Amino acid sequence: MGAARLYLAVAAGSFRRFATYRGATLAGVFTNSVFGLILASTFLALWHARPGLGGYDARQAVTYIWISQALLVTVAVWGGGFQDDLQERFRTGDIAIDLYRPVDFQLWWLATDLGRAAFQLFARGVAPTLVGMAVYRTRLPTDPRVWALFLLSVTLAVVVSFGLRFLVSLTGFWLHDSDGIRSLALVVSMFFSGMLLPITLFPGLLGAVAPVLPWAALIQLPADILLERRTGGAAAAALGFQLGWAVALLLLGRLVQGLATRKVVVQGG
Amino acid sequence: MAEPVLLVRESLPRRVWWALRCWWLIAGMWTKAALSYRASFALLLLASLAVSSLDFVVILLMFQHTDQLGGWALPDLAFLYGTSTFCLGAANMLVGSIDALGDRVRAGTLDTVLIRPAPALAQLCAERFSPRRVARPIQSVLVLGWALQRLPVQWTASRLLLVPVILVCGTAIFCAVFVGFASLQFWWGQVGEIQNSFTYGGATLLHYPPTIFAKELVAGAVFGVPLAFVNWLPALHILGHPDPLGLPTAFQYASPVAAVLACAAAGLVWRRGLRAYRGTGS
Repeated sequence: MGAARLYLAVAAGSFRRFATYRGATLAGVFTNSVFGLILASTFLALWHARPGLGGYDARQAVTYIWISQALLVTVAVWGGGFQDDLQERFRTGDIAIDLYRPVDFQLWWLATDLGRAAFQLFARGVAPTLVGMAVYRTRLPTDPRVWALFLLSVTLAVVVSFGLRFLVSLTGFWLHDSDGIRSLALVVSMFFSGMLLPITLFPGLLGAVAPVLPWAALIQLPADILLERRTGGAAAAALGFQLGWAVALLLLGRLVQGLATRKVVVQGG
Repeated sequence: MAEPVLLVRESLPRRVWWALRCWWLIAGMWTKAALSYRASFALLLLASLAVSSLDFVVILLMFQHTDQLGGWALPDLAFLYGTSTFCLGAANMLVGSIDALGDRVRAGTLDTVLIRPAPALAQLCAERFSPRRVARPIQSVLVLGWALQRLPVQWTASRLLLVPVILVCGTAIFCAVFVGFASLQFWWGQVGEIQNSFTYGGATLLHYPPTIFAKELVAGAVFGVPLAFVNWLPALHILGHPDPLGLPTAFQYASPVAAVLACAAAGLVWRRGLRAYRGTGS
C-alpha cells in the first residue's frame, strides 16, 4: 500500500515537472498541428486515388493522422522521456545511487514515464486534435465506453513503449554510449508502430510480420480502437495483445537488469 | 547589451572568409570527437541513413496502392523528394546546430560564445556538428539520381540549369529558415520546436505535389515562408506541370531572388535578436 503511494507520488512529480515547460509544450502543439495538416493532405490524396484503402474511409484516414500526432510524444515513438534522464545518470555515474535506493529501479522509472505520458496526452494530444477537427471532417466516437477503452489502450501502449525503451537504455550498462542503439530503435519504432502509415497497408511479408511485433501496440491498436475498427471481442483481443507484450517486456527488462547490475561499472568518483 | 564593437573594421569578403574558416575549424573539431567512438559512429551513420530514408519508403508504399498522387507520378515525387531532402540535409549540415540557441540563452552560456574572437553565428552553426549529417544529402542524391533517369522530360537548357539552381538556392532558403526561426529563441526561450515545423515540416510539405494541399497553404509557402521556391515552383517548369495557383512563369525562375531575400530577412532577425539578448549574469 505504501509502495503504491510512493510510485503515485513519483508519477505526479513527473507530471508536474513536464507541466512547467509551458513554452516548449506550446511549440510542440504547434509542430504537431503543422505536421497533422501536411500529413492529412497527403492521406486525403491517397484515399482520393484509392477510396476505402486498407478498410479505412477517407474520414477515418484523416482521423488516423490526428490520433497518431496526438500519441507521438505520449507513447514516445521517437524514444526519449525517462531515457534522457537515465542516459545522463549513466554518464555521470549517478546510476550507482539509483541502484542502492530502497525503491525498485524499474518501477521507479516506469512511474516517472507514466506521469510524463499523462501530461503529454493531455497537453499535446487534445489541442492538435481540436485543430484537426476544425479543419477536416474527422470521425471521433461519441460513446464514452470507446473513449475509456482507448485510454486503457494508450496506458498499455505507454507501458509497452517503456518496456522497449528500458531495454534499449539498459545497453548503457555495457556500452558507454547507447546513442547508436537508440537511433536504430527509433527507426524500427517509427516504422512498425504505424506512425508513418497504418501497418494494415504494408504489403506481403512486411504486412504479415508487422501486426505481431510489439510496436503495433504503440499507435496502430489505440488508433483502431478509437476509430471503432476494433469493437467488442476484437478490442479485447487488441488489449490482450498489448498486455501480453507489456508483461513480457517488463519481465525481460527485469532479467536483463539483474544481469547488468552484477557487472556494473561506475564512472567518476 | 550594447552593440558588439568590432575592434577592426574589416571588409565584408574578409569577414565572410573568417566566419567560414571558424565554422570549418569548429566542425572539424567535432568531427574528430565523433570519429573517436568508431563503432558508435558507424551505427549512428547507418541509423541516420535509415531514418532519412523512412519518409521515402512511405511514398514507395503509397505508390504500391496508386499510380499517381494529385496528378503526379512516382518519378515526379522522387524528384520533389530528392531536391527537398537534399536542400534540408545540406542546410542542416551547415547551420543545423543553431537550434540549440535556446539552451544557451537559458543557461547563460551564450556569453562565452560572444567573448570569443570568432563570429557568434559561425560558432553556433558549427557547434555539436556531427559528420553523420552527410547521411541525408547522400541518400537524397541517390533518390534524385534515380528520379532524373526515370523522368520523361525533354532536357532543354533552362530545365537543365534549374536543377543546380534548386540545389543551391533551396539550401540557402532552408539555412535562412533555420537561422531565422532559431533566432526567435532570443525572445521566447524554449520554443525551439517551432523551428521544426518550418524546417522538417517544410521539407515534408515539399516531398508532395502542391496540387494535394489547400491553396492557402501553397500561397503561404510562396508569399509567407518562401518554401515553394526551394523546389515546387522550379519543378513545375522542369516537370511540365500546370501551376495550381496560376502565378506568372517568372516565379518559376525566381528562386535566387527568394533565396537572397530570405537570407537577408534571417540575418536581420538574428541581429535584432542578438541585440535583445541579455546575459544571465552568471
